[in-house]
Amino acid sequence: MSGFPILSLMLAVPLAAALACLFLEAKAARTLALVATLVDFALGVVLWLNFDVGGAQWQFTERLEIFSGFSWALGIDGIALLLIMLSVFLMPICIGASRSIEKRVGEYMAAFLLVETLMLGVFMAQDIFLFYMFFEAGLIPMYLIIGIWGGADRIYASYKFFLYTLLGSVLMLVAMLWMVHTAGTTDVPTLMAYDFAPSVQTWLWLAFFASFAVKMPMWPVHTWLPAAHVQAPTAGSVILAGVLLKMGGYGFIRFSLPMFPEASAYFGPLVWGLSMAAVVITSLIALVQNDMKKLIAYSSVAHMAIVTLGLFAFNVQGLEGSMLVMLSHGLVSGALFLCVGVIYDRLHTREIDRYGGLAINMPRYALFFLLFTMASIGLPGTSGFVGEFLSLGGIYQVSTWAALIGTTGIILGAAYMLFLYRRVVFGEQKNADAAAMPDLDTRELLMVVPLGLAVMWMGVYPESFIAPMRADIAALDARLARAKPHGDSAPTTGKAKPAHAESAAHGGSH
Amino acid sequence: MSILLIVFLPLLAAILAGFANKSLGLVAPKVVTTGALFVACALSWPIFIGFLAGTAEAQVVPVLKWVASGTMVFDWSLRVDALTAVMLVVITSVSALVHLYSWGYMSEEPDQPRFFAYLSLFTFAMLMLVTADNLVQMFFGWEGVGLASYLLIGFWFRKPSAGAAAIKAFVVNRVGDLGFMLGIFGTFLVFGTVSIPEILAAAPSMAGSTIGFLGMRFDTMTVICLLLFVGAMGKSAQLGLHTWLPDAMEGPTPVSALIHAATMVTAGVFMVCRLSPMFEQSETAMHFIAFIGAATCFFAATVGCTQWDIKRVIAYSTCSQLGYMFFATGVGAYGAAMFHLFTHAFFKALLFLGAGSVIHAMHHEQDMRFYGALRRHIPITFWTMTAGTLAITGVGIAGFIGFAGFYSKDAILEAAFGSGTSVGTFAFWMGIAAALMTSFYSWRLVFLTFFGKPRWNQSEHIQHAVHDAHGHHEHEAHGHGAPAQEDAGEGTDHHDDHAHAPHDLGSRGPDYAVRGDGTGGYHPHESPLVMLLPLLLLSVGAIAAGFVFEHAFVSDGEGEFWKGALVFHEHLIHAMHGVPTWVKWAPFTVMALGLLTAWYGYMKNLSFPKAVADQLGPVYTFVYRKWMFDELYHNIFVKPAFWLGKVFWKVLDIGVIDKFGPDGAAWVVARGSTYAQKVQSGYLYSYALVMLLGLVGAISWVIAG
Repeated sequence: MSGFPILSLMLAVPLAAALACLFLEAKAARTLALVATLVDFALGVVLWLNFDVGGAQWQFTERLEIFSGFSWALGIDGIALLLIMLSVFLMPICIGASRSIEKRVGEYMAAFLLVETLMLGVFMAQDIFLFYMFFEAGLIPMYLIIGIWGGADRIYASYKFFLYTLLGSVLMLVAMLWMVHTAGTTDVPTLMAYDFAPSVQTWLWLAFFASFAVKMPMWPVHTWLPAAHVQAPTAGSVILAGVLLKMGGYGFIRFSLPMFPEASAYFGPLVWGLSMAAVVITSLIALVQNDMKKLIAYSSVAHMAIVTLGLFAFNVQGLEGSMLVMLSHGLVSGALFLCVGVIYDRLHTREIDRYGGLAINMPRYALFFLLFTMASIGLPGTSGFVGEFLSLGGIYQVSTWAALIGTTGIILGAAYMLFLYRRVVFGEQKNADAAAMPDLDTRELLMVVPLGLAVMWMGVYPESFIAPMRADIAALDARLARAKPHGDSAPTTGKAKPAHAESAAHGGSH
Repeated sequence: MSILLIVFLPLLAAILAGFANKSLGLVAPKVVTTGALFVACALSWPIFIGFLAGTAEAQVVPVLKWVASGTMVFDWSLRVDALTAVMLVVITSVSALVHLYSWGYMSEEPDQPRFFAYLSLFTFAMLMLVTADNLVQMFFGWEGVGLASYLLIGFWFRKPSAGAAAIKAFVVNRVGDLGFMLGIFGTFLVFGTVSIPEILAAAPSMAGSTIGFLGMRFDTMTVICLLLFVGAMGKSAQLGLHTWLPDAMEGPTPVSALIHAATMVTAGVFMVCRLSPMFEQSETAMHFIAFIGAATCFFAATVGCTQWDIKRVIAYSTCSQLGYMFFATGVGAYGAAMFHLFTHAFFKALLFLGAGSVIHAMHHEQDMRFYGALRRHIPITFWTMTAGTLAITGVGIAGFIGFAGFYSKDAILEAAFGSGTSVGTFAFWMGIAAALMTSFYSWRLVFLTFFGKPRWNQSEHIQHAVHDAHGHHEHEAHGHGAPAQEDAGEGTDHHDDHAHAPHDLGSRGPDYAVRGDGTGGYHPHESPLVMLLPLLLLSVGAIAAGFVFEHAFVSDGEGEFWKGALVFHEHLIHAMHGVPTWVKWAPFTVMALGLLTAWYGYMKNLSFPKAVADQLGPVYTFVYRKWMFDELYHNIFVKPAFWLGKVFWKVLDIGVIDKFGPDGAAWVVARGSTYAQKVQSGYLYSYALVMLLGLVGAISWVIAG
């Protein structure tokens, strides 16, 4: 594969298809979009198969100097690879989920394909300004998707989405300018190893935090998310929850942590505090929602709080765990939004109370919804568990309080998700129209089955997903070692008992 | 290698049955799941016998890599040692019999494949739990059985009470799981591993160390053990986290027998025994366990004395018996705890399945006030349940022979007394009091159900049954009629009474309600052979399990059997033998007392119970309402959670964050504009412009620099 610009090709395929879609009529645009995303997925598989686990940190690198300093520089490590795989895996499913879109189909498909190019660019970019362009530009098509193809209140939602993200991006840009000026390079890998003065790190960290915290989203800058999700079309929600929310986490892991280790440690308690608040507050809010999408949106905020807890645990378990939570949440929340979309397409309401007893007329749907519900609440054996377990296990090593409050998420999560499941799937059929809904058709099965398999795979054999990032996480962990906070556990060594007492205690157990 | 088959056959069967669902008819899924379980059972007994004979050695069979994150490494693997072997036999035997029993009990249920798939899935998860070689796989099984329990409690999902009970079971268990998870984290932090053998080997070296937890410092092993024990409390329904178990009776009765009596709820006891070398390092934790166990055994027994629902009586009885097992572990008598777990599995499964047979005969009536005089109608059920009652109440002659519960319960009580600690003495007296009540409520159940005069005609279920049978042809026409409404799943699906009743009832006319014999014109039928066979086989266990296996579990030879699978205190065995004679005879005495009281109150002087209840007044009400735990929890957890959710949402999110955040910003912007729409569509361009300007600035700075 050496020398072949596969990354550029992966960016070009959806971009070219996006341009073509603008000029095509509805049916052709749908087909082209599906083909283009499937081709990109295939390229992604090729990429994964050719990724040399344990090889160079940055692989498939491309560099084209545009002018002094700024360059078209792409390259991926294991962390980026996994998020790229998540994106290209979800995209064909999103196109498949867009069957109910009838307005301006060509432009809709174009917007989606453009989102794909831009978010892949985020994970591939090795030039800090290139990253910034992809990072911010990705919002424009998303903003259009919500604003044009969204629900009744779409304008309010899209402006809220925009206002929040604008807030952070300007600060981040200023910080980037300062960094490039000081370090004299726009190259991300170089910057990751550059040691900024700790006093400056504080300000840089805060500037990046302003952007990433909103994207994450962290409490209390999360209120754009429920609004955006509720108004977005199904596929928009899938991609928003599945991939766009991962950009904040990716930002932390690529920029904040390696570039500002001291500041990250200094602000760790702030992040813990906000995450703890998010777990409890947004979970409780999810409990009282009567709008399915809002419920899942709030649950996303709670899950992302587990990610930030893991990231700021400053150890391998926390970092790998948070990556796995991001991947799992991408699959699971995407799948849950699809599940909502399936019944929304039939009944055109997201109101939980309008459903009930779906296990009777939609048994297959009930099964998949159950699988994704269980994955969402982190049942061992599904993808949700491994990441959550490692993240919380990671944070326990530095703060037992954060671990305790974070772990309450497993109780609250079970409460709101099972309460949702019960109201939608269990019980008697209350409404004739809900009772008449047909079960999943072939198209829908083609969307949920791969997601279900991926969820199980990641739960039973997560090694496939840990292996590519192991070396990168280890490198990051080593970089953070100098700033690693002391845990509050600090066990002392035991006073070994006198030999005779010990043997008495064990008696015949040997 | 047979362990691979034992564990994975049920999983395979569950997947096949679950995915085939009804497409292969109703019989194939039943054959597959039941067959898999009987094979697993047949393979399990030789393993157990191998350990009994002393020929088998502990082994670990690796299956698949699971997680390796830094130094935290855990894989899928199956551990088999004496402790596992005991559990294997219990799980596969009871599960196989429950599968078989369900052929009869669920015969009219259209969703049978789903039911059998869940049962097999449960069995798989439970087997993964007991074969775990690391704490995380144990947690996998732990949560897996929780899932199966959730699905089976909610099996009749149309019934609102079933849905509510299912959620309650899962969420309350999750409270325990929070402790379990934190316990695993703490263990990893301290020992650097989650592998059970490595932890157990390293545990003694940590005695006396301290650790920080939530800003304070405690004894290391106490913190870890108590956190893990919180998990055990949830799964095994110990006082405080017990509230889900009685509600779990919403599930079909075979489920109650398998999950909520014989296997899943004993997982906590298994965990403490498995980790016994760890718990031994913390005296505080041991005392706490003994105290909680003793309190639970007393509390649940009191409630059991007052309930009318036959399944709830047995549910509280289970809760109480689990308390015995826990205080046994708390005083260090792990062998005795496992022994009681073993015998209890047989006689409690028997009692539940017997209750199921009664319920089946009584057309889904579960209220014992509407039973009576059933022994002549369902004699086999009567005799097998009597065997179960003799076993649970511990009938036997010290030093000679007795039913299963006699050996295990006496061993526990003697160990508690013999331990000589104050908490042990407390547990002993609580255990004696509970034994009195156990005898009382168990015989009360038998007398109310099988003796006295029929009181069936007051039961709505029976009235419906007779009514439906009378108008059988109409019933067919309007499909699922009144019983369907009332019973949701259960009533809808059992039409066997309707099937044979019309022949003799058709001529009796509509006067069934006023007939003086109390039968209401109803004829209970003995259950089919597939249900009676499990009852008979379990009776054998209830009668003989104590006598046959006492030597292995709790005698001087105990250490040889366990071979280090749990901590064994030689001195405790000697202390048990050395207890005063009155201690040896106390359980028998209170058992007789309980039997006499029940006989007096429910056979001889029928107004006596009510008189006592009236006399006790509020105390009776308090106990009858289950010590008000449900009311308390509803008021301090459930209601505030919903209230807080609303406040956080309406006040904090919408009222504060949005108002001063985006809405405030929009208001500022909108003031300068006459047409909001225009402004908003203009955002996109201004946004793009800001970005563009920023980039231009950036680039020029870099170039200039």
